[in-house]
Amino acid sequence: MTTRHSQGLAVFTGLFYLYLYLPILVLVAFSFNTQRLNLTWEGFTLHWYDVLLADAKVGAATRNTLAVALTSTITATAIGTLAALALQRYEFGLRRFSETSLYIPIVIPEIVMGIGLLSLYATLKISLGLTTITLSHIAFSIPFVALVVRARLHGFDRSLEEAAMDLGANEVITFVRVTLPLILPGVLAGAMLAFTLSLDDFIITFFTNGPGATTLPIYVYGLLRRIITPEVNALSTVWILTVLVAVFFSQRLESRET
Amino acid sequence: MTDFGRAVQRLRQKLAWQGTGLILPGLLWMVFFLIIPLILIVVLSFGWRGAYGPVDWGSTPAEFFSRMSLDNYVRLLDPLYLGVLWTSLRMAGLTTGICLLVGYPVAYYLARVAQRWRSLLLFLLLVPFWTNFLIRIYAWMLLLRTEGLVNQTLVVLGLIPEPLQIMYTPSAVMIAMVYEFLPFMVLPLYTSLEKLDPALLEAASDLYSRPARSFLRVTLPLSLPGVIAGTILVFIPTMGMFVVPDLMGGARTALVGNLVQRQFLAARDWPFGAAASMVLMALTLAATLLYTRVSGFGEELVV
Repeated sequence: MTTRHSQGLAVFTGLFYLYLYLPILVLVAFSFNTQRLNLTWEGFTLHWYDVLLADAKVGAATRNTLAVALTSTITATAIGTLAALALQRYEFGLRRFSETSLYIPIVIPEIVMGIGLLSLYATLKISLGLTTITLSHIAFSIPFVALVVRARLHGFDRSLEEAAMDLGANEVITFVRVTLPLILPGVLAGAMLAFTLSLDDFIITFFTNGPGATTLPIYVYGLLRRIITPEVNALSTVWILTVLVAVFFSQRLESRET
Repeated sequence: MTDFGRAVQRLRQKLAWQGTGLILPGLLWMVFFLIIPLILIVVLSFGWRGAYGPVDWGSTPAEFFSRMSLDNYVRLLDPLYLGVLWTSLRMAGLTTGICLLVGYPVAYYLARVAQRWRSLLLFLLLVPFWTNFLIRIYAWMLLLRTEGLVNQTLVVLGLIPEPLQIMYTPSAVMIAMVYEFLPFMVLPLYTSLEKLDPALLEAASDLYSRPARSFLRVTLPLSLPGVIAGTILVFIPTMGMFVVPDLMGGARTALVGNLVQRQFLAARDWPFGAAASMVLMALTLAATLLYTRVSGFGEELVV
C-alpha cells in the first residue's frame, strides 16, 4: 500500500467516524438547549433533565423495562447455561434439533418472531402485558446466552472436574464448587448480553405489549410519532450513558476472563 | 456383549439422559415460544380473516383445514403489493450496496492500521451500535428536519437556496438505514481482511502486479466471505424493517415490514399479514442459505 493511498484511506476513515458520532453528539448537545422547539441553539440549561425526572410516565416505563429485563435475564441465563452445558459436553438424540432451534432466532427477521408470538398469545387467549413481554424476551435471550457460555466452555480444562471427583466430590458438588466458579465470567457475560438485549428490544416488545405495560423503547417510539421536545434528548442522553457504563463493566469482566 | 461393553453402553446412556435433562428447559422454551409460533404463522397464512376478529379459525380444526387456501398469496400478486415488495428489495439492496461501498475502505484501513489504534477504533465503531436504535433514528430525525442542522448548514454554505424536504422521503429512510446497519457490514469485512496474509500482496507486487490489479485479483476475492456475511447481516434486517419507514418515510415509503405490521396491528387481517411475512422469510432464508453455502458456518459472525 503506497503512502498516498493509505493517507486517503485514513482521511476516509476519519470522515466515517465523524459521520458515526456527529448525530449522537448533536443529539446530546441539544438536550441542554433552552429552546423548546429545539431548532437552533439558544442557551445552556439543565431544565429538561428536571422535566425528565419529574415525568411519571418515564418513571413507570423505566420500572417496567427494568422488571422485564431482570426477570428475563435471570431466567434466560439459567436456562441458557444448562443448554450450553448440554450442547458442549453431551451426545443425545435431540442434539441437532436443539442446535437448530437455538440458531433460528439469530437468523430470522425479528418481526416474524414478533407476529408469531402475538398470534400464539391471541390463540391461547393470554392477555398481553408485562408477562407476555417477559416470556418473549426469555425466548430471544436463551440462544444468545447459550452462544456466549458455549464459547467459554470451549477451552475448559475438564481435568479439574476429574480431580474433584477423584477426591470424592459427587457431581452436584463438583458442579457448584468447581465448574460454576470457572465458567462464571462466561455466564455473567451472557447475562449482561441478555440484559442489554432486553433493555434495548423494541420490535418483539412492540408486538407483545399490552395496555399499561409500556417499556422505555415503546414509550420513546410513541414520543417520536408525536411532538418532540428536548426532554427526549435528555432521556436519550441518560440512556446512552447508562449503556456505556454497562458496556464498560462487561468489557472489564471479559478482559479479566482472558 | 462383554461386561466392559455393557458398562460403556450404560454410561453412554446415562450421559445421554443427563444431556437431555440439561437441554430440556431450553428446548421446551424454544419449541413453545419459537417453533410453535412460526408454525402458527405458516398455518395462518393459508387461513382467512374473521368477521369480528383478526382470524377465523372455523368452528372445528377440521373445518379450518378443509378451507385452507392460497388466497392470501394470490392477493400479494396485486400490483400494489408487488410494488411494495419491489420497493423493499430495492431499498434493502441499495442500503446494502452503500454500506458495502462505505464500509469496505474503513474495514480495509482498520485491518492495516497499527495495533494500538485498531482496538480503540474497533471499540469506537461499536459504541453507536450499543445505543438504542430508536435513539439513533431520532438523532437523524433531528438532523434531517427542514429546519435541521443539515439543511441549515447547506443553506449557510450557499449550496442550496432554501431548505430541502428530506424527512418523509425515501432518501431519509435510506440515510437512517445505512447509519443503523453500517457496523454489521464493517465488522465481518474487517474479520476477513484482517486474516489476509500481507505476503500474498507482496508476492503479487513482486510478480509486477499493479496495486489496482492486486486488489482485484487477491484482496477482493479473499475478502469475499466477509462481503457475503456483511451483505446478509445488513440485508436481512433492512428487508424486515418497519420502524424507520414508519417514523421517517411518511405514507409513501412502505416496505414489506410495514405491510406485515399494518396487517397485524392496524388492518387486523392477520392471515394476509402472515402470508406477507412468509415471503419475507423466504427471501431471508434464501439469503442465509447462500451465505452458509459460500462462507462456511457463522465463522464471519464472530469478531
